[in-house]
Amino acid sequence: MAEIVKHARPKGFFENFDRRPGAIHKNMHYCPGCGHGILHKIMAEAIADFGIQDDTVIISPVGCSVFAYYYFDCFGISVPHGRAPSVGTGLNRANPKNIVISYQGDGDLGAIGFNNFIQAANRGENLCVLFVNNAIYGMTGGQMAPTTLPGQKTVTSPGGRSVMNDGYPMKVAEMVSTLDAPVYVERAALSTTRNIMKARKAVRKAIKNTVDKKGFSMVEVLAGCPINLKLNGKEMNEFIDTQMARFFPLGCLKDEADQRDPVKRTEGEHDPERVREALYPVKVQKGVDDDFRNPSKIFEKERKIKVAGFGGQGVLSLGNMIATMGKLRNFNASWLPSYGPEMRGGTANCSVILSRKTVGSPIVDKDCNLLIVLNQPSMDAFLPILKKNGVLIYDSSTIDPPKVSKDKIVYAVKASDIAKRLGDLRYANSVILGALSVVMEDCFLEGEDKKDFDRTFEEAIMDCFSNKESVIQLNIESFYAGKQAVQRI
Amino acid sequence: MNKNKIKKKFKVIIEPDECKGCERCVNACPKSVLKMSAKLNFMGLPYAYYTGDGCIGCSACFYNCPEPGAVTIVEITEED
Repeated sequence: MAEIVKHARPKGFFENFDRRPGAIHKNMHYCPGCGHGILHKIMAEAIADFGIQDDTVIISPVGCSVFAYYYFDCFGISVPHGRAPSVGTGLNRANPKNIVISYQGDGDLGAIGFNNFIQAANRGENLCVLFVNNAIYGMTGGQMAPTTLPGQKTVTSPGGRSVMNDGYPMKVAEMVSTLDAPVYVERAALSTTRNIMKARKAVRKAIKNTVDKKGFSMVEVLAGCPINLKLNGKEMNEFIDTQMARFFPLGCLKDEADQRDPVKRTEGEHDPERVREALYPVKVQKGVDDDFRNPSKIFEKERKIKVAGFGGQGVLSLGNMIATMGKLRNFNASWLPSYGPEMRGGTANCSVILSRKTVGSPIVDKDCNLLIVLNQPSMDAFLPILKKNGVLIYDSSTIDPPKVSKDKIVYAVKASDIAKRLGDLRYANSVILGALSVVMEDCFLEGEDKKDFDRTFEEAIMDCFSNKESVIQLNIESFYAGKQAVQRI
Repeated sequence: MNKNKIKKKFKVIIEPDECKGCERCVNACPKSVLKMSAKLNFMGLPYAYYTGDGCIGCSACFYNCPEPGAVTIVEITEED
């Protein structure tokens, strides 16, 4: 007598589910008769048979199968509700070796995450999406799902789903099969043994397509939720085979895997140094060492700056320039723009904070140390937030002299006029910076710092316009024109 | 029918403490050789058991069972 084990616990599962809290480590957490268990078994078997455990990533969705990573002996990742195909895209693009299986339910894929899913399908990502359709929201206690059948009673449709008010069940497999990119779309059911074996074949095919990098494969699996539907095992199978299959006909909707070439993408860059260079290119050599600190007293405290005007006047880039100058002199800098949806013509302002310490909030809504205004409405709006002894610089070509208390330091420069004379209104911000340099030299900077401001400006302008040399020259001209034209009021 | 052909023998092993008593295997078995117990397992649920004879090794119970390791199907070969 000899005994050969024909079918036993698939090797794709852990021997003991040690990740599962509590006393039970051999069983899954699903209710008796749940379709998830059957599908998990099919998947675990396929993963073990294909020998892909070391490369497989199973994405656990939100839903009953949120704990899928307890069970599978491969990589697992939990993602926000419905975002599995998007995360799968990232996993795949970053490391094309990954075999990504996105396991999703009808709330996750059919409702909140439908756009994530359909976009990934349309891009033809190399994903295997297993869509478990049980016509109800199981985890939350049996509410109506997009796939709930007409007339089906759920907690939130006690009178039965009404087509008039709630529409028809969502036919996900049909919808995705009309797209060009997906290679394999099939609908299977976990009901009778015959159907389960067909589902097994479909799931294995979808996973095989992913291993072969054929592209997007999806299997919609009609599964039972006997507890929420209040059916026993037999009734559950009947419900799937007669009721659900009426709206969700079983069968293969698309299979082009044989005719497709493997998906090819631009290869990812994994060298940290090159990634840093690509994301943060060094455009300009900083004129000082990393531990340089400007000695002037003014820089000891955090300085809050507000720049306001019309969109298109260069308000935001002026703030950006100041922040860049701070960055080039080893300050911690924040730059926070605020503007309407229109790119030109609306009002815009930005908050800049320079500090030797960590910047807390990037918002400047009071105690402003330096206010730069380029139009009248901004002057009216922001003058009240200027701190005692604060500095106000305004464009006197369009703004009337403001009435301010004597403790404020006020400078005016005909920025727009000068910029127009130099050729373009957009140089007004460099004119203002020229004016700022004079204010700083007159009132705050000490010793070497007086010369350092101009140097910093030139470094910053090269940093901002590194690829436009003519612009750099004109900006520097505007800067020195601003220096001469500024007047203390 | 070829009488010389050795008839394969199979048996089903059901782990009582891994079974949740959903009866899917009992319903799926074409030979009706699985039954539900009157006793309860450590989770307090009834469990399926093999009556001891008649399994044809079709694996219907294995694929119908939602639990990973509750059902094991073993082929018994008789050696001369």
